[in-house]
Amino acid sequence: MSGGVDSSVAAALLVEQGQPAFGIMLRLWSAGPELPNRCCSPRDMAMARRVANQLGIPFYVLDVRERFHAQVVQFFVDGYAQGTTPNPCMECNRSIRWQTLLEHALGLGATHLATGHYARVEQGQGGFHLLRAADRAKDQSYVLSVLGQVQLSHALLPLGNLTKPEVRAAARRLNLPVADRPESQDLCFVGGADYRTFLETQAGVQPLPGPILDEGGQRIGTHTGLSGYTIGQRKGIGISAQHPLYVLEKNPARNTLLVGPRQALRRTRFLVKRVTWVSGPPSNPLRALVQVRYRAAPVPACIENGTNSEEAAVTLEQPLHDVTPGQAAVFYDGDECLGGGIIQA
Amino acid sequence: MSAPVYLDHAATTPLDPAALEVMQSCFVQEHGNPSSVHRWGQRAEAILEQAREQLASALGCESGEVIFTGGGTESDNLALAGVAFARREQTGATYLLTTPVEHEAVVKTAEHLAEEHGFRLEFLSVDAYGQVNPDELRARICKNTAVVSVIYGNNEIGTLNRLAELGAVCREFGVPFHSDAVQAASQLPIRVDDLQVDLLSIGAHKFYGPKGVGALYIRNGTPLRPLLRGGSQEGGLRPGTQNVPLIAGMGAALQSTTLQLAQQAEHFRGLRDRIIDQVRDRLPDARLTGHLVERLPNHASFVIPGVESNALLAALDLAGFACSAGSACKTGEPEPSRVLTAIGQPQDLALGSLRVTVGRSTTADQVESFLQALPQVVGRLRSPVSSLQ
Repeated sequence: MSGGVDSSVAAALLVEQGQPAFGIMLRLWSAGPELPNRCCSPRDMAMARRVANQLGIPFYVLDVRERFHAQVVQFFVDGYAQGTTPNPCMECNRSIRWQTLLEHALGLGATHLATGHYARVEQGQGGFHLLRAADRAKDQSYVLSVLGQVQLSHALLPLGNLTKPEVRAAARRLNLPVADRPESQDLCFVGGADYRTFLETQAGVQPLPGPILDEGGQRIGTHTGLSGYTIGQRKGIGISAQHPLYVLEKNPARNTLLVGPRQALRRTRFLVKRVTWVSGPPSNPLRALVQVRYRAAPVPACIENGTNSEEAAVTLEQPLHDVTPGQAAVFYDGDECLGGGIIQA
Repeated sequence: MSAPVYLDHAATTPLDPAALEVMQSCFVQEHGNPSSVHRWGQRAEAILEQAREQLASALGCESGEVIFTGGGTESDNLALAGVAFARREQTGATYLLTTPVEHEAVVKTAEHLAEEHGFRLEFLSVDAYGQVNPDELRARICKNTAVVSVIYGNNEIGTLNRLAELGAVCREFGVPFHSDAVQAASQLPIRVDDLQVDLLSIGAHKFYGPKGVGALYIRNGTPLRPLLRGGSQEGGLRPGTQNVPLIAGMGAALQSTTLQLAQQAEHFRGLRDRIIDQVRDRLPDARLTGHLVERLPNHASFVIPGVESNALLAALDLAGFACSAGSACKTGEPEPSRVLTAIGQPQDLALGSLRVTVGRSTTADQVESFLQALPQVVGRLRSPVSSLQ
């Protein structure tokens, strides 16, 4: 329970169903005492307690600051240092929410862990299936693609069949004090700062200016530090050219930024690592939909396992412009999430 | 699950019926200000002075040596800072002597005096039980010591200090001796001449009185400066209109406690020793913290390897047992306890502390059901969940 509307309503719905529930709040690391983690500031903690109290359920705090820093924040910092665009929320689901938190909940005697995620879990043939949320605009199956059968067998996602407006309406109907709390946007641990500022001030990643190169290897400008750029970015490069220029590649070893026209971003084939499957490895090769960002549209592709089961090659039927190293490629069969992996450079 | 069992009487206690009764009548019938000239004021003052008599009787002192405060924490603050400032003014003494196993109210006040007001803070060393040896005090005290403060019954590890022996040393050197008796007051005699203390802090809610009220015993002749500025209430040492209902409740609660002291202590010790004995039997790797015999009658405390306090307390709560880690922290912060570190417990063990404190209403059956549940809860917390990646 984070004190936000989603986890509060998820808890309330369980209580309404008569489930014997208790609440846990994760205490996560943040950039500094003056900048509390957005997910667990003192105000959020007070709000979560208030909701639990109103629901009449016990409430406990689990301090995972150290582990969160080691597993999630460091992952984020390292990713940028290597020139990729990591997805820390997915890593948090992998190693904090559905591992540390789940273990803790089971240790306290729980049978299931319920969260306010927008996705659905169904038990059917061959085990548990992870499905997209009824509210496609809020669907979070992308970040839950790292879950396996053990996690899903303990997972309850009470919001999976609801839309966000329905969740807010439920909060009002249940008189929860969180009904109108604003949507969270930025990374929870950067403490209100821009992620670039965070990398500079907290992670000691000093922006080091360097050359901007075109596809021919010509220096055509100077960048302000690689961590400030994302693959596919157009705005903010600061070079006027005949055709709009896009960030194609970041080379941390040489501190160079490669830019070029949009068509140079087109990718039809890429490798993924740290591949996980919700229901174990499928047939090989596999025809499936692939989604290369949290908010990207899924496109048809062919996925071939590498020699190592943690690696796979993805071939798209049509090229995409936003295949970004560090982001996850998540595989779907219709609404069902099959698994995913991390896009390699 | 059967009815939940409250085993956290060191955190706070339920209200004594006698305290409730007198408070109810005060709240309903007596709104007067004890400083007023008229009969409303006179009646309120009479209630106040009756409570002061009740406290003085338990403390074995004159009623003029008792002042009312907002609780144990305020009493500790006033005792330390009030005496430190007054002594420095009178004698130039600038040293503060205390122990590393004090309650936060004493430690933080002493640190504040050192950091913000130029006093020199020194800590007496304690043994593995958290006790101060009088010889250690004798070696460290001097005429330049402004005040000595040593806790009576430790909130976290239960150990009692031999106040009379320490007090005698302070007296030789003419240094005021304060003790935090907030835990002890509910179960042990607190007669100040027997304990040889010059200042003693108590808080009502630990001895079945209301929260938000306490008292400080100040031996006649002990120099003390007030921390608050205002009216002349409590001899000017604690300005502000007295909280008559709560003070009346505290008086009734302490009187009630004193009347049943011997009988309750025996009841507590029986349950406590059963817990200590059986926990060590059923969880062989659990270690008792604090002294086995010289400890608060209602207090059993342990460190349990391989579990983290906050998880243990949550799991016990869900199993129906309210316990504590020794110093309550609801934010879930796994900081090793300062007290456990001071008595030499290794850091990893100091994270897995458990405090079980019985009270007037605790039954042998409740203790048995707790002793049955504890190994199960610990076992579940220790067993890794299989195949979570």
